[in-house]
Amino acid sequence: MIEQLTIAIWTVTKVMMIMVPLILTVAYYTYFERKVIGYMQARVGPNRVGPKGLFQPFADVFKLLFKEIIIPSNANRFLFVLAPLITLVPAFAAWAVIPFGDGLVLADIDAGLLYILAMTSLGVYGVIVGGWASNSKYAFLGCMRSSAQIVSYEIAMGFALVGVIILAGTLNISSIVEAQSGSVLNWFWLPLFPLFIIYFISGVAETNRAPFDVAEGESEIVAGFHVEYSGAAFALFFLAEYANMILISALTALLFMGGWMSPFHGVPVIGEPGPHWFLLKTAFFMFLFLWFRATFPRYRYDQIMRLGWKVFIPITIVWVLVAGVMRVSGWYGGG
Amino acid sequence: MPIVEIVFYLFGTVLLASALCVVTARNPVYSVLFLVLAFFSAACIWLLLEAEFLAIVLVLVYVGAVMVLFLFVVMMLDINLAQVRAGFARYLPVGILVALAMAAQLFILIWTRGLETQVLVYGSQGDISNTRELGEWLFTRYLYPFEIAGMILLVAIVAAISLTHRRRPETKYQDPSLQVQIKRDERVRLVKMDAVEDGEGEER
Repeated sequence: MIEQLTIAIWTVTKVMMIMVPLILTVAYYTYFERKVIGYMQARVGPNRVGPKGLFQPFADVFKLLFKEIIIPSNANRFLFVLAPLITLVPAFAAWAVIPFGDGLVLADIDAGLLYILAMTSLGVYGVIVGGWASNSKYAFLGCMRSSAQIVSYEIAMGFALVGVIILAGTLNISSIVEAQSGSVLNWFWLPLFPLFIIYFISGVAETNRAPFDVAEGESEIVAGFHVEYSGAAFALFFLAEYANMILISALTALLFMGGWMSPFHGVPVIGEPGPHWFLLKTAFFMFLFLWFRATFPRYRYDQIMRLGWKVFIPITIVWVLVAGVMRVSGWYGGG
Repeated sequence: MPIVEIVFYLFGTVLLASALCVVTARNPVYSVLFLVLAFFSAACIWLLLEAEFLAIVLVLVYVGAVMVLFLFVVMMLDINLAQVRAGFARYLPVGILVALAMAAQLFILIWTRGLETQVLVYGSQGDISNTRELGEWLFTRYLYPFEIAGMILLVAIVAAISLTHRRRPETKYQDPSLQVQIKRDERVRLVKMDAVEDGEGEER
């Protein structure tokens, strides 16, 4: 009994060791986003709260927490309150199988990649339920757009992962990283280059970020599915969106860029693999999200659908076959 | 009682209760959400049986994709609840009859075959993952049934699309490759004109 208790406490501690840094990263990601986009648009960004505006995220969080949560009069109260939670829980639960370094993982399960796919596909329920329960046409339109988009891009994303699975021969994320050990040329971005690009773009579309943010589209449907949400409920949606962005960045780093492997393979000291390399790569992809937002105009809705179904899915199907040939012929991945 | 059993009964109760709520819920959207909960509880029970691949795929395919589209459709439909309610009492006897027949069939099956099932044991148990094991069975011993099932599904998709797909003459659609290939000369015509100032023209 005491043994079980210590295991439980230890697990909760480990969960906290992932959750707390993750939430802090989300907080400073918003700050970083405003700064980066500010400088890209020749502005300064937030600089009033604390030195160089560093306390701005906390000011935002307290502002949101102290705001009133308004429930629209004809809304479905239960589902309206539940929806932000439905979005948030899978966004955090997916982090359970992310390895931060060699053996630094909460749950090293065999079907880790499938688990991630299942969890990220659950998040869409929060969007749909929230949009429907608000009983508002803008929210409903936003949730319809968003769910259609997420379901479409999930297919391209799944196929891109199939390529990774074929080359690595496993669904376990740690083993996938191990399969990429070696120099930069051994990482999967090279043999799976089209899948790498498609995976990341689909990830941007999955998280409803610019240039695929028609689900929010400020200029046409105000803010999409969360237009009726305020205060802490809105903050939860926000938290889930940013946690998902970080998750996509981390997954791209793990599956295509060699995770915690060092790009300077064979060089002493800096050639050593370690969690810092994984964090650096993740940070790079997180920066790409902001760069996209600052530089690309929003896609038109029908063009998004066309890109997903008629461009990405055929390319991924072809490249899955190519990956299979690479594997069987022994040209890549040891046969 | 071992903890696994307690957890099993917990998930089982949730599964049965949510399945019941699917048919009794007043709001169709609630019905769909209860069905999602039912699938999720079933996946949890499969996880208890260490069928992790099947459990995760159930969540991925049914909860993550099929039910989303279901929810989509149900939200768009304008369902007259009173009519549905009226039908419920009328069809109840038939429903009970069907349920009884199914229960009897199950009972007969268990009675004749017993509860022991044919378990596929592959290689040395434990160190080979569930997913790999399933994949190796599917692509060796059960390759033909697996491929045939895939073929049937493909035919069903093609049939469903060809039944609903029709091109109406008034529909306008864009051809992106033509849009991209457009040249400046096809859209813009530059006209040369002599510059004319107001009043005196002989200035230049």
